[in-house]
Amino acid sequence: MAAADYESWYQPPKGDSEIAKLTDVVLRVAEAKRPPIGWYVAFTLAVGMLGILGISIAWLFWTGIGVWGNMHPVVWAWDITNFVFWVGIGHAGTLISAILFLLRQPWRTAINRAAEAMTIFAVMCALIFPGIHIGRPWLPYWMLPIPNQMNMWPQFRSPLDWDVFAVSTYFTVSLLFWYVGLIPDLASLRDRATTTIRRFVYGAFAMGWRGSSRQWHRYERAYLILAALSTPLVLSVHSVVSFDFATAQLPGWHTTIFPPYFVAGAIFSGFAMVVTLLVPARQFFGLKGVIEMRHLEAMNKVILATGTMVGYAYAMEFFIAWYGGSPYEGFIFFNRAFGPYAWAYWTMVSCNVIFPQLYWFKGVRTSLVGMMIINVLVNVGMWFERFVIIATSLHRDFVPSSWGYYIPTKWDFLTLTGSFGLFFTLFLLFCRYLPMVAVAEVKAQHAHTHGGH
Amino acid sequence: MSEAPKKTKHTGPAPLHGLLAEYETPNALIHGAEKVRNAGFRDWDTFSPFPVHGIDGAMGIKATILPWLILGGGMTGFTLALGFQWWANGVDYPFLISGKPYWSVPANIPITFELTVLFAALTAVFGMLALNKLPQPAHPLDLRDRFSRATDDRFYVLVQASDPAFDERDTRALLEQSGAVFVEEVPEDAASESELPRGILYVLLIIAAASTIPFAMAAYARESKTTKTRFDIIPDMDFQQKFKGQRMNTFFADKRADRPELEGTVAVGELHDDDHLYAGKVNGSFARTFPAAIKIDEATMNRGRERFGIYCTPCHGQVGEGDGMVHQRATSLAEGTWVPPSNITEERVRLIPVGELFNTVTNGVRNMPGYGHQIPAEDRWAIILYVRALQKSRAAELKDLSEQERESLIRGG
Repeated sequence: MAAADYESWYQPPKGDSEIAKLTDVVLRVAEAKRPPIGWYVAFTLAVGMLGILGISIAWLFWTGIGVWGNMHPVVWAWDITNFVFWVGIGHAGTLISAILFLLRQPWRTAINRAAEAMTIFAVMCALIFPGIHIGRPWLPYWMLPIPNQMNMWPQFRSPLDWDVFAVSTYFTVSLLFWYVGLIPDLASLRDRATTTIRRFVYGAFAMGWRGSSRQWHRYERAYLILAALSTPLVLSVHSVVSFDFATAQLPGWHTTIFPPYFVAGAIFSGFAMVVTLLVPARQFFGLKGVIEMRHLEAMNKVILATGTMVGYAYAMEFFIAWYGGSPYEGFIFFNRAFGPYAWAYWTMVSCNVIFPQLYWFKGVRTSLVGMMIINVLVNVGMWFERFVIIATSLHRDFVPSSWGYYIPTKWDFLTLTGSFGLFFTLFLLFCRYLPMVAVAEVKAQHAHTHGGH
Repeated sequence: MSEAPKKTKHTGPAPLHGLLAEYETPNALIHGAEKVRNAGFRDWDTFSPFPVHGIDGAMGIKATILPWLILGGGMTGFTLALGFQWWANGVDYPFLISGKPYWSVPANIPITFELTVLFAALTAVFGMLALNKLPQPAHPLDLRDRFSRATDDRFYVLVQASDPAFDERDTRALLEQSGAVFVEEVPEDAASESELPRGILYVLLIIAAASTIPFAMAAYARESKTTKTRFDIIPDMDFQQKFKGQRMNTFFADKRADRPELEGTVAVGELHDDDHLYAGKVNGSFARTFPAAIKIDEATMNRGRERFGIYCTPCHGQVGEGDGMVHQRATSLAEGTWVPPSNITEERVRLIPVGELFNTVTNGVRNMPGYGHQIPAEDRWAIILYVRALQKSRAAELKDLSEQERESLIRGG
């Protein structure tokens, strides 16, 4: 039985109807006694990286912010770069779920569950960085309006405090949205459970969902409204993150294009990450019939579109720097492309603007190897975009006597590596124990298109 | 619901909860649901693995009030966020940032928006669960093995025995004719505990009580005073291993951490051995001439005018009559302790030797601070030169003007 389990992904799904086969092909992943060997390898690596995160944070708390390379004038460096990077990754999930749901895009059902899970894990990674970069890690509660013995309140007019509310609201709403979507599938897992523990745990989280039509009615209403609420929320979150920079008067940060530019970049990087995760996941777990090539192709088209938007934003920044006539603005952008950090700038441009243009070719869009390479490059490029915005604007500010050059330390590298460890650990646990595809929605889609009524 | 009677009835065979009919397709379910509805039943429901299009109409489900609850939730979030920001930053703890208003709506929009969405989303989820009476740990249907396919691929109608129109034989016949592939009886679930176990209840109560402790402590701390020092979790920021200025250091004989300059040393460029240039004195008394290092020319005059404009006009005014902005402000406040700045064009000052004026600029007089540390000596002399020009301009006589200027003055007059 155990040996058969391992290969069960490659066998035809059980069930005497198309709908039952759909249930089986998705849920057997979470029900198998053992996951594929590849899962164990990936999980071991991920947990190792998670350990690195724990060690680097412990060392940071023990020693202080000095373990990082942050030094005047580059006082925000990898910490905030990683924060913005992870928040950006976290945008695809809710976008796929909410906006595509409202636009009635049927292809979303194949990928929305995994994308939402990815969102939650990415936002968890993101939330680490503002928490640990504050220098006094025992005081992060100062960001929240908690009545305290100092009779003080946070400064609500500060973009940094807007961030606290935007990102935590985004995390809460994404989690709720994901959980509401999971309830019917958890009920399926409960009803198919073969052991008491599985039945109890999945049953507790399914909360006694039995698929009553009167409940479905309210459920669908709630889901639709959640989607409608999440759509402006997604757009607001990265806009608020961009205000951290846009409301400062530093050239290179003080730009009105930032909110839409950040949102486009966030969708771009988030979609790239979803494809990066789903390509191996569908190979390992035999979900090729559910997560089809046309779904991946549609994702790659969105990546092409948003990548081109990001390229437009890069060009427009230079245009405005010239057209605006401010010598400081002009200098910072010239310095960005040809100064000490030119290598980072051109890495960003190649990865974000040039390589995604290959998606104009259908052969590249539908090639698994091609999309893996390009989408990993997109994620590298989007990390560099945040680094370029933050570090190159800071390292040449108004006072030439304080100019500097930021060099990361090994702890900067280890903390970033560790955050990937947290992300992959959570995602692999999700793949193993929860339905990777929203089965109930796929079934509804199936019934709708295959003449259910 | 009625748990108590259920327990007492547990003697004979379990009473009937209702009849369950199974269908193979969504279409069959809709067809069956229409039949049951037309027969006038009230306590019944249908079950499906996914929302079936058209079932709401077939069953006559009325639109839920959930959207209105969500609207209320969103409005609560909006009001709370806006009101709290106004109260916290505008009333309870006004905090001046760059002279901006304490309360300005644009800066408060982002948080208001986020909390509106948050409250609406929380209402959507928890409102949906509450209206659906979830969580619902046990249900009589859980005892029917076939019913586990309700979350897989089958569709069900349940007609409850509590319905006034329910009749075991007639209802069964109705369901069988409605296209059901299978009809079975569902007995009441007498065994499952419907109440929360006592242990869990106590734990929840203890957690609820304990969760108020931090708030009580904060409230107490706000209203009380303490003489204890602050609690340091990581003390190395407050107590650093280095000597700071004005502190004691037992290593040195004088026990001072600050070290004085060694005797006989002079910092580079600070020898200042030209008394005329750096102290305004010649042979111990104030000089009546400018030092040789200062060129009396237009460039020095312009430099002096510029420096005078920067350092002197705030108190002494543009032409040195002692009516600068600081003086005007101090006079309007009428504080009574204000010593007015001198009118440097009056005769008393005109007669002061340049060396003494230089000394005044360098070291100050009365409530005028010394500017020696701020303005280099050459610039101070340039200022004195300009002051002399101002004095001359205020006490000029007709004979001081050139022939041409005199003529233009007479013609103009």
